[in-house]
Amino acid sequence: MDIVKLNIDNKPVVVEKGTTILEAAKSVGVNVPTLCHMKLHDVGYENNPGGCRICVVEVEGRRNLAPACKTECTEGMDINTHSLRVINARRTVMELILSDHPAECLTCVKNGKCDLQTMAQDLGIREIPFEGEQSHYKEDKSPSIIRDMDKCIMCRRCEMVCNEVQTVGCLSAINRGFESVVAPAFEMDLEKSTCTYCGQCVAVCPTGALSEVDNTRKVIASLVDPSKTVIVQTAPAVRAALGEEFDMEPGTLVTGKMTSALKKLGFDKVFDTDFAADLTIMEEGTELLGRLQKHLAGDKDVKLPILTSCCPGWVNFFESNFPDMLDVPSTAKSPQQMFGAVAKTYLADQMGIKREDMIVVSVMPCVAKKYESGRPEFAVDGNPDVDFSITTRELAQMIKGANINFDDLTDEEFDNPMGESTGAAVIFANTGGVIEAAVRTAYEVQTKKKLEKVDFEELRGFEGIRSATVDFDGLPIKIGIAHGLGNARKLLEDVQAGKSEFHAIEIMACPGGCIGGAGQPYHHGDTTILKKRAEAIYREDEGKEIRKSHENPFIVKLYEEFLGEPCGELSHKLLHTHYFDKKKKVEINND
Amino acid sequence: MAKYNNHILVCGGTGCRASQSEEIVENLKQAVSDNSLENEIQVVRTGCFGFCEKGPIVKMIPDNTFYVQVTPEDAGEIISEHIVKGRKVERLLFTDPENNEHIADSKHMGFYKKQIRIALRNCGFINPENIDEYIARDGYAALGKVLSEMTPEEAIKEIKDSGLRGRGGGGFPTGLKWEITHNVEGDEKYVVCNADEGDPGAFMDRSILEGDPHSVLEAMAICGYCIGGSNGLIYIRAEYPLAIERLKIAIEQARELGVIGKDIFGTGFDFDVELRYGAGAFVCGEETSLIHSMEGLRGEPTVKPPFPSVSGYKGKPTNVNNVETFANIPVIINNGAKWFSSIGTEKSKGTKVFALAGKINNVGLIEVPMGITLREVIFDIGGGIKDGKKFKAVQTGGPSGGCLTEKHLDIPIDYDNLIASGSMMGSGGMIVMDEDDCMVSVAKFYLDFTVEESCGKCAPCRIGNKRLYEMLDKITKGNATEDDLGILRNLANVIKDTSLCGLGQTSPNPVLSTMDNFADEYLAHVKDAKCPAGQCKDLMEYVINPETCVGCTLCSRVCPVDAISGDKKQPHEIDTTVCIKCGACMEKCKFNAISIQ
Amino acid sequence: MTKVKTLDDLKKMRNELQSKLTLREKSDHPEKMVQIKVSMATCGIASGAKETMNYLIEELDNRAVDAVVTQTGCMGYCHSEPTIEVHVPGTEPVVYGHVDTKKAEEIITKHIIGGELVDGVIPVSYTTPNEDENEK
Repeated sequence: MDIVKLNIDNKPVVVEKGTTILEAAKSVGVNVPTLCHMKLHDVGYENNPGGCRICVVEVEGRRNLAPACKTECTEGMDINTHSLRVINARRTVMELILSDHPAECLTCVKNGKCDLQTMAQDLGIREIPFEGEQSHYKEDKSPSIIRDMDKCIMCRRCEMVCNEVQTVGCLSAINRGFESVVAPAFEMDLEKSTCTYCGQCVAVCPTGALSEVDNTRKVIASLVDPSKTVIVQTAPAVRAALGEEFDMEPGTLVTGKMTSALKKLGFDKVFDTDFAADLTIMEEGTELLGRLQKHLAGDKDVKLPILTSCCPGWVNFFESNFPDMLDVPSTAKSPQQMFGAVAKTYLADQMGIKREDMIVVSVMPCVAKKYESGRPEFAVDGNPDVDFSITTRELAQMIKGANINFDDLTDEEFDNPMGESTGAAVIFANTGGVIEAAVRTAYEVQTKKKLEKVDFEELRGFEGIRSATVDFDGLPIKIGIAHGLGNARKLLEDVQAGKSEFHAIEIMACPGGCIGGAGQPYHHGDTTILKKRAEAIYREDEGKEIRKSHENPFIVKLYEEFLGEPCGELSHKLLHTHYFDKKKKVEINND
Repeated sequence: MAKYNNHILVCGGTGCRASQSEEIVENLKQAVSDNSLENEIQVVRTGCFGFCEKGPIVKMIPDNTFYVQVTPEDAGEIISEHIVKGRKVERLLFTDPENNEHIADSKHMGFYKKQIRIALRNCGFINPENIDEYIARDGYAALGKVLSEMTPEEAIKEIKDSGLRGRGGGGFPTGLKWEITHNVEGDEKYVVCNADEGDPGAFMDRSILEGDPHSVLEAMAICGYCIGGSNGLIYIRAEYPLAIERLKIAIEQARELGVIGKDIFGTGFDFDVELRYGAGAFVCGEETSLIHSMEGLRGEPTVKPPFPSVSGYKGKPTNVNNVETFANIPVIINNGAKWFSSIGTEKSKGTKVFALAGKINNVGLIEVPMGITLREVIFDIGGGIKDGKKFKAVQTGGPSGGCLTEKHLDIPIDYDNLIASGSMMGSGGMIVMDEDDCMVSVAKFYLDFTVEESCGKCAPCRIGNKRLYEMLDKITKGNATEDDLGILRNLANVIKDTSLCGLGQTSPNPVLSTMDNFADEYLAHVKDAKCPAGQCKDLMEYVINPETCVGCTLCSRVCPVDAISGDKKQPHEIDTTVCIKCGACMEKCKFNAISIQ
Repeated sequence: MTKVKTLDDLKKMRNELQSKLTLREKSDHPEKMVQIKVSMATCGIASGAKETMNYLIEELDNRAVDAVVTQTGCMGYCHSEPTIEVHVPGTEPVVYGHVDTKKAEEIITKHIIGGELVDGVIPVSYTTPNEDENEK
């Protein structure tokens, strides 16, 4: 290993060759401020275009200032990270950035969570000596994501995540100079682009330029409407992250407090998406076994591997990128949509209310769920199965808005019948969790034997693409897992080329799975937060009495009373869907 | 092979072509055939002669007569008089501005007297579309010599010893660059020729490519041999159709002849060249941007290191040199490093091509030895300032350079002296200004260019240059304060200090150099709201002198906004709050009663 | 076009091609070369100036004499056509009359190479207009 010795702020530093000044400074406790730079360990994401120039430092003997995030240490460097020259440059650059940024902090979605705001505060910017033109771009509101590019500071984080991590290739820098901005090609609207609404761009945006569509007003409006029965479902990943919005340690499980808060907010019933996750396993697992058995019987036309379909970003991705493979993924709806479909039929019947008078709200770690709930095939006569989807962040906002002291809440239980769930459902939140849950059930159904050890460590982890072979009592079942759409693409291309040996593949659009979803509290580049959330999810699973979906008594009852059998006629009608070719043809609008 | 007694060289550079030099060639050929002289006279289309001010140029060989501003209609007379009757066509000869005498031989013109042509050695001499003529001038001999008689190390040493530095602006030692790329391990390496010339008013590279494309191809092959690469790429802006056309012809001819391609000269060395077109973004002259553009990515720079020598095109070691740099290489190999380094100054060897423009008599392309003074260039070669006005400043280095003044005129031109004076060599643009030019407006002009050409990647360049421009605009409108000058200077310094690439690191130079050299002019704008050069419209006032005004009412009738009032036969007055400063009144006044203040 | 396979091929090719450009190369440095002007007005051409000129060009080339042969207008010695002016560097220009190919051979051998005057010199008392320019 080559070693480099240098001085940073008069402290001797020894680092490996190739280390940047930024990393070297960090190693001796010197904090060099950064703005555009973002490095997500474990998910292969690093954005350091060297564009914002906030991290510049003075290197003895160098003509100009050096960007710390992008400059490698060399032997004998003498670095001053906070000389007057540096401070002046940093402040001036910050003033420049602010001179082209709308001063609407008070009404900005990112107020208080904005990296730019924090940096301006840290640098002590009080007035901006430059006045001049500000850049303006058209507002772009899609079903999930709002682009307000007047607030873009060209850090390019979104572009990096969209192209390099997700390989969606929707966002890139367009125009030049002062007019340059990140946008879909030809500055078309997101809705017309190849955007999957995975929302990872929103998750990394340092300002309010990219944000989710806010549904909280609509939710509040229905809560105050006496003619409506408003029920809510909460996705598994929400409980492992919501606490962060209330300054709790990352990885704090707040299932009970969340339930309590939702009740205080006035929801008539508080249910759990986990219930629907168990239902998903019943349907998807049965579908998997069905295909597998046909395959084993020598049916050459059966489509294997089966691909999971609970992630809406992923569904959008294959609909527009792999339209020739629409028959490969499972036809099972996502848990959110299964919940809505059951709630507005079975539950509405039980509660004795009409479909139109029931409002189903979902709390999701995800922004693509907003789009999913609006897909026309998920509505009956225009009435959607899920009316409004809000993110973890929006829920926190509602709790704060209602003056609920989250810390002091006592734990409460979900309502029944759709609040009961198993550990298998909880782990849906993590990458590998859906397939692990499916294996727990499929194993017992296939082998007719009781699974002694339900933890499949080989399916867990943070690696982008993982594979494992699970022994189904002599029958080896090959499983693939990918999180992040770039990794998904690699597996998909193998499937497309007929090279894939897997029987089943789980795919999650967001790095880490739902715990890293774009609707979660901002991680600001700290991936240890994601890991802590994942650990919390496995803790919740471990703590559950029932850890296999098919053992959920309310699920058993649902099939007995209503659905019949998994993949049966009614199940097909309510719980399965079909996919569309959404390969985009570029439309150039010349107006 | 026909052997001609007379050659008629017609400039086929872009400038002369725009003034119908193609038609001149056609008409000359027609006249030649009308006189049945096809076997004696060869009409040759050449590259640029440099004296663009006087184009189109036609040069008669062997008596060396230099005809200027020729029109297609003159062709017949040139043949019937000069060739048939042996009489020079006097009216087409260059007139010496000093004594109004006609000069027939270009060597006697001030414009050419002090020039040394190395990079431009074949421009205006050979037909660029004929490889035979290039070979007759020792073309590809340097490549042959390097391949057959020298190791890559020896050839690199020759280039290092010659002292050649990058002609694209940076002035990095060329031999050293080659050596670095040579030393980097790599199975595949690239030689890139940067032909993305973008400085306003500059056309050095275009002229070389149009006039002597083979010199660049040969040099690229030599470079390929030295660094260990077989792939050459020429990144050329699509707005240079003629240069592209000639390069295509040259590449084809060179391939056909086998001087590029597989197994060149039987030495086993392969080298081929491809063209890549740029869309005309100034920043793509910066080498990392250029490489990204060639890779199909957005044309914007990345932080160096890694330098292209280590990780360039497709991540492979890549040597990027400018056109003019390459054009020097074959001559250095043929004549030796010692010969080359005998020309120039201690640290800047050889010659430099400049594009002379602005308020100067002889606009054109010149090649002068390093160490020549600005005075010699502007007054001896350039023929001094137009219309007998006073010299005020000269901008070197294009939008990245600075404005130099009277006091810099006797400094020998080289890389280091220009930087020490607050400007830079740049790629070779040279724009001369006279007393009528407002230096704040000059700085504003360049900033306007930079704002337009910034790629937008880094904040100081994207936003900072815009703010610089806006502040300069404020000054020229008389709305700025002395405090603003301090903010302006700080901003300019920070942009230089923090920008990502060379574009932003140099874009404030025009501001800083004019602030340094013309501080009074800035102060006059902010303190007195006056533009000493009388160029800033917002700071001017049209005034009628009541002493000389006879009240003819002509001005009030011509004023488009009715700003002038007054009774007949009484002195008139201009309402400055209404006046739009169009100048129509002053033009009409027969008594010189209206002036600008 | 045949391929150039070796450096020698290239050199050979260059030597063959060089003569195409010698005219231009020479014209760049006329003061160092023998300059011959052939009077090529109607009278000159009528009395065979063209043949003389072609002969001069070819013969000088054969003998590898660095020379520029140009045509010029009527020198005024119509009685003695074809007339030529020979200017050997460092000496005064000399005008010869009645130069046919035989005479031309003699001028090359004796005057240009040998350095002595030949019969047939026409005494001149004025400079030619072109010479005037060259002096500058």
